Amino acid sequence: MSKSIAREFAKGLWSEIPPFRLVLGLCPVLAVTMSVENGIGMGLATTFVLVGSNFLVSLLRNVIPPKIRIACFIIIIATFVTMVEFIMQAYVYPLYLKLGIFIPLIVVNCVVLGRAEAFACKNPILPSLADGLGMGLGFTLSLSLIGAFREVLGNGTFLGLQVFGDAFVPFGVMVKAPGAFVTLGLLLAFMNLVPVKK
Amino acid sequence: METYIVMAVSAIFVNNILLAQGLGSCPYLGTSKSMDTAIGMAMAVIFVLVMAGAATWIADHFLLKPCNIEFLRTLVFILIIASLVQFVEMFMKKSVPSLYAGLGIFLPLITTNCAVMGACLMNINEEYDFLTALINASFLGAGFGIALILFAGVRERIILNNVPEALTDTAIGLVTAGFISLAFMGFQGLG
Repeated sequence: MSKSIAREFAKGLWSEIPPFRLVLGLCPVLAVTMSVENGIGMGLATTFVLVGSNFLVSLLRNVIPPKIRIACFIIIIATFVTMVEFIMQAYVYPLYLKLGIFIPLIVVNCVVLGRAEAFACKNPILPSLADGLGMGLGFTLSLSLIGAFREVLGNGTFLGLQVFGDAFVPFGVMVKAPGAFVTLGLLLAFMNLVPVKK
Repeated sequence: METYIVMAVSAIFVNNILLAQGLGSCPYLGTSKSMDTAIGMAMAVIFVLVMAGAATWIADHFLLKPCNIEFLRTLVFILIIASLVQFVEMFMKKSVPSLYAGLGIFLPLITTNCAVMGACLMNINEEYDFLTALINASFLGAGFGIALILFAGVRERIILNNVPEALTDTAIGLVTAGFISLAFMGFQGLG
């Protein structure tokens, strides 16, 4: 039992890591990963929503009528998004301002709805929690990785600290939208080079 | 009038919702493999965006603000968009079957399109009046459509070429999108 829970947790970190293996939830990946800090913040906010919604969906999986399940999932997800919005407003206000409308947009992140539909509504609570946590941390990892590439190349900093000497001319386009598309495309290609053991 | 022209240029080219702000990239990659689906999706998004823009504006000003329950905005907006999409789908199926045949399969996908939700939230954050919000929503939708159709044209040609195996499909699509987005950056400074 504990082995299978560990497996559900670990698959989110490597074999099904979003957004590289599961190409879902690209909007926040592209839009907020200007810096590592943004990536981590967005990733953790999504993790909170994922764990919460997986827990509640799994708890209610025998009560929710199958015909209107998507609507029910969306309401559950929106509730947790509203919660995370308040938590961020209270404790990390500068980050809340930076992420702006992308926090409410976690509602339409397909990773969250995808996990509710594909996993949580069919499995008991513990594996669902592990799945949500694993997926969320995997998502955080990916966002920070993309953020790291873009921040180092586009700004010459890592978590706000200077990486290169004064002679380095930042590659400004990397922190703008084109940099996001190209970075994600190339990272995806690298992930494709590494096969997944089934 | 002039402000609307500036708004159009800004929403379609300078701050293109997709290429400059990165919203709505799931359907962008999902439906751009052929021109037909791209045109269908573009039309469906414009249609739903304008209706959702109107509905969410009304809900925000006449329901959420008077009752002081703005913290429920996320929940209310997503419910409005989801039910609106459902309603539009049923209405189209019944009364405009020819249009439904073209757009039908794209409509359910729009619920989870962050461009729609994003545009509605932007309208509220900018505190536009009703007409401006509607016009802004339609221009943002048009910008999304143009970006999607342009991208589909490029992507149809990529399919005919030899791409390194690791880069196939989504990866090359993203890199291409990056270059289109780079081209759109040339519009910056216009608005």
